[in-house]
Amino acid sequence: MAKLTEIRWHARGGQGAKTASTFLAEAAIHAGMYSQGFPDYGPERMGAPIRGFTRISDQPIRLHCAIDEPDVVVVLDDTLLDNVDVCEGLPETGIVLINSHKDAATIRSKIKWKGKSLFIVNASGIALEEMGRPIPNTPMLGALAKISETVALDALLEDIQKKFAKKFKAQVVEGNLRSIKRAYEEVRAA
Amino acid sequence: MAKRLSTKRLALTGNEAVAEAFKQVNPDVAAVFPITPQTELMHKFAEYVNDGKVDTELIAVESEHSAMSAAVGAAAGGVRAITATSANGLALMWEILYIAAGMRLPIVMALVNRSLGGPLNIHCDHGDAMGARDAGWIHIYSENTQEAYDNTLQAFRIAEHREVMLPTMITLDGFIISHTTEVLEILDDETAKSFVGEYKPLTSLLNPDQPVTMGSLALPDYYFEHKRQLVEGMYNAPRVIEQVAKEYYELTGRQYGFLENYRMEDAEAAIVVMGSAAGTTKEVVDSLRDRGVKAGMIKLRVFRPFPHEQLANALSHLNSVAVLDRCISYGAQGGPVFGEVRSAMYGKTIPVHSYIYGLGGRDLTPHMVESAYNDLFEGKSDPRMRYLGLRE
Repeated sequence: MAKLTEIRWHARGGQGAKTASTFLAEAAIHAGMYSQGFPDYGPERMGAPIRGFTRISDQPIRLHCAIDEPDVVVVLDDTLLDNVDVCEGLPETGIVLINSHKDAATIRSKIKWKGKSLFIVNASGIALEEMGRPIPNTPMLGALAKISETVALDALLEDIQKKFAKKFKAQVVEGNLRSIKRAYEEVRAA
Repeated sequence: MAKRLSTKRLALTGNEAVAEAFKQVNPDVAAVFPITPQTELMHKFAEYVNDGKVDTELIAVESEHSAMSAAVGAAAGGVRAITATSANGLALMWEILYIAAGMRLPIVMALVNRSLGGPLNIHCDHGDAMGARDAGWIHIYSENTQEAYDNTLQAFRIAEHREVMLPTMITLDGFIISHTTEVLEILDDETAKSFVGEYKPLTSLLNPDQPVTMGSLALPDYYFEHKRQLVEGMYNAPRVIEQVAKEYYELTGRQYGFLENYRMEDAEAAIVVMGSAAGTTKEVVDSLRDRGVKAGMIKLRVFRPFPHEQLANALSHLNSVAVLDRCISYGAQGGPVFGEVRSAMYGKTIPVHSYIYGLGGRDLTPHMVESAYNDLFEGKSDPRMRYLGLRE
């Protein structure tokens, strides 16, 4: 049987969810897996709620549709919890990862989902400290590597390093890598 | 066993995959004009031009009408010409599409399928390609990024074959394939180049030793014969499409033809579908099979020329068939693929049903596909078109 993991990203336009959904797919493919990464294209306004999707499998992926019943939900902006049912279709055995500086009880009170595996990491805070900008997408990838069987931290770091080294100066590359490692360490079960 | 050559495993979007194939082909002329969701395909190719990876002359034209006109001019001049577009861009090319085919110019175009409004919509359906159904072009559909790449390389061989000489469009579903990063294998540049081969035009307007007239006036005295000859090119195409697919299989181990028959041997009912929906449908077939339901699927890869005989044979042992169209034909009995399939099945008593899905990018989920199979196995009949995933 194929082992398929389906990840749904929730964010606001400008936070890099499209990029993260694709980066994760690329890292998985470069690590020898099969993967798909795609966003839900709509009116791409800054701040509007958007979704992204990643599938990872040990077998070729044939599905070409959105993910309605994810295994993992990743939320890049905790203000979405007030008006988007981010956990829709997620079974209680699933995993939720939320970027927030708030405490577990506050986050729990905002979501309907009753499953156990809820994780929180202050990815925006980490990004602000390490890169000077609160763009949470790369640290969220680090946290995801810790809490799910998606892609190993080393494979992720290697892929981001290679990709970013072509486009950005060393300072930006290093900042991203430090953010990923810190989020990997700092993500906590809630 | 096909021999395996050196390949590269990459993570690319459908648009990037087609741009990669175009890069390997290194065509002489590319006429480009942006339109969502095609834009990044030619954006990527323009980077290759700028970086000197290809020596293509890139013509940034002022509209799609001009893009196709420039491609026609270049091809008539005896060089390999490409373009790419979507939806309204294809609609604006309309007039010149017919001229390209009528002049028997083997232009290769990537069509990133998108709906034609209104209301305005940038997402996928096949209404754009179907509008060009009778323009005299060969139409080849892709299920995923791998097929988009493979079909692009094969398109040049088919279009340029002396017995075909027809413009060819390869299509990929807008966003669903064009903007999804997936894994694919590409050939190394030299292998791809030698598979496609050097272009040797039959005629060229720029060859003073062999003066020819192209695109001239043909009144009632000759026009009809020109159109009859175009039909002949279409009749010759199947043999060439199969031959090119066979050579490609020997090179890559990946099989192509007119149809992909999925779990059809002992199937009792089947769905016929094109493009990215085929992958989702295969998943549904597998889950039905796990429950003992004898479901099958046929993916139609080539819409023009339409494989009437092959399809009728492949469907002849079934109890019922559903055709899923990502396009609507207002006032018709069903979608355009349905019309062709039912015509192919003329004289057989197997019921063929029409389902419309996915207009304007409406997602096709496995549940929707399963509901169509359920109708087939429960014998639910409806003489009208039915819809998947529609609110009524």
